[in-house]
Amino acid sequence: MTTAAATGTATIPREISPGRRALDRLARRRGAMIALGVVVFFVVLALLAPGIAPYDPLATSWSAVRKAPTGVHWFGTDEIGRDVLSRVVWGTRASLLAGVVSVSISLAFGVPIGLLAGYIGGWVDALISRMTDAMLACPFLILAIALAAFLGPSLTNAMIAIGISATPIFVRLTRAQVLHVKVEDYVEAARAVGNSHLRIALRHVLPNIVPPLIVQATLAIAAAIIAEAALSFLGLGQQPPAPSWGSMLNTAKNYIDNAPWMAVWPGVSIFLLVLSFNLLGDGLRDAFDPRQR
Amino acid sequence: MLNYLLHRLATIVPTLFFVSVLIFGLQQLLPGDPAMILAGEERDPTVIAHLHQKLHLDEPLPIRYLYWAGGVLKGDLGESVRIQKPVLDLIIEKLPVTLELALLAIVIALTIGITAGIVSAVAKDSAWDYAANVFALWGLSTPNFWLGIMLILLFSVTLGWLPASGYVSPFEDLKANLAAMIMPAFVLGNAIAAVLMRHTRSAMLQVLSADYVRTARAKGLDERVVVLKHALRNALTPVITLGALEFGTLLSGAVLTEQVFTIPGFGKLIVDAVFNRDYAVVQGVVLCTATAYITLNLLADMAYFLVNPRLRDSHA
Repeated sequence: MTTAAATGTATIPREISPGRRALDRLARRRGAMIALGVVVFFVVLALLAPGIAPYDPLATSWSAVRKAPTGVHWFGTDEIGRDVLSRVVWGTRASLLAGVVSVSISLAFGVPIGLLAGYIGGWVDALISRMTDAMLACPFLILAIALAAFLGPSLTNAMIAIGISATPIFVRLTRAQVLHVKVEDYVEAARAVGNSHLRIALRHVLPNIVPPLIVQATLAIAAAIIAEAALSFLGLGQQPPAPSWGSMLNTAKNYIDNAPWMAVWPGVSIFLLVLSFNLLGDGLRDAFDPRQR
Repeated sequence: MLNYLLHRLATIVPTLFFVSVLIFGLQQLLPGDPAMILAGEERDPTVIAHLHQKLHLDEPLPIRYLYWAGGVLKGDLGESVRIQKPVLDLIIEKLPVTLELALLAIVIALTIGITAGIVSAVAKDSAWDYAANVFALWGLSTPNFWLGIMLILLFSVTLGWLPASGYVSPFEDLKANLAAMIMPAFVLGNAIAAVLMRHTRSAMLQVLSADYVRTARAKGLDERVVVLKHALRNALTPVITLGALEFGTLLSGAVLTEQVFTIPGFGKLIVDAVFNRDYAVVQGVVLCTATAYITLNLLADMAYFLVNPRLRDSHA
């Protein structure tokens, strides 16, 4: 009996958690893994910028104004002799920071508000939904420009403006997911055994809506990076002389006929980072919900 | 139909109310006395006093909102501090330029996006499908202001084929107008084409596996007729309505595109207003875009309702 029981226990395969299964599926998607590699590369670049950048990104040199790429300056120099490569490396910080901080702001506001709307329902839901509709009616970048204009131009205000502008997307997503999850049997069971509403929302509903939020957050980081670059391009984000890819492009457009290298590398960097987050987001969506493929 | 229309209109009223609160609230983000800031750098005491009176700054906030909203309903969006002109006049003046740009961009987006979506769905899992998906990812990941600069480098600086910037009215010189607008329209249409391609591909894949398409094929119809006449016609309805929602992307994109190509439209108006601290213009532009978006959304919903018999019957 003991032997049989022991054998039985040994043959039962260990249960793999849904999260682990999703990660395994993600690891099998080559495009998503390459994208993850590129994101990690940029994160390392941002963290180790002081050690990696060959020159001080703010150091000007009047003897090296608008020099084409050479062995000394791999990406060339800008209109006041600053090394473009060093500025691209340091600019990674502004872009990644903007992406992560803006989306964190959106999540910090959007998820609790969406949870409240979906879980409580009734007039609270109606009120929040109409406010969300109103924010979604203002085009994302135009709202971000308006907010940044009224808050004043700076990287911090640009991140706040992007974060607020992207919040309604998370409110709507969270609300929709909560409406789906709150009628599940396990939530009913949690309610039946006398759990408080707060406990049900935080312990039983929230953990089950995390996968779509992770996917949306990854895609939102891509959108936030483009938005930060756009605001900096318009002069509403990172202020000169601090390096940012958007503000570098703003200057570069004035020298496109005699120093095109100034425009190429910041743009390639934005493209690669945004593409990687988009591919990673697509990969995560497929990994969490393979039926959508 | 009437029930549906009334129901949709009823949901629009509170949305418009919250839009107005949001836009009015923007002014409250200004630190200190709004009149001092709205008066511009000169800070002329007469202008400040006039603004205090005009904006009812000595009244409580809800009363100020009511005055502001009342003015908006009468078409008074305020006055530009810099240009000394009513905001509505400025918007009406700049709108045709942006509308032309938007129209050309939509034509380009529809042509590229729908064609790529059809090819991708018909030749699923082929090299064409792969290429179309790569194109969509490219469109979604390329910052349009950078694409604009790169196109100027290629077509204006290197090849000298197209002007790098500027705008000529189509009524003055149509050829020069198209030459100036083709690059910005492509830049603007590129990102929307990517979204339309994804919508078309997914709608076509769904329709191509439907019973009536199988029946059409079983009748021995030419594959081209099956795809273009039977499948595409049904797949396009959701694509067009979803495409209408891209209006926001179009306007956001227009702000940057007009800045890169120095086109004196709606987008350039808001950017110039931001730098001139002309806040009434900023508020006016946001209000107009939001109202246009809500209206377009309503029209798209109604169009979808009208062409979809199942929806019509459920609301009958």
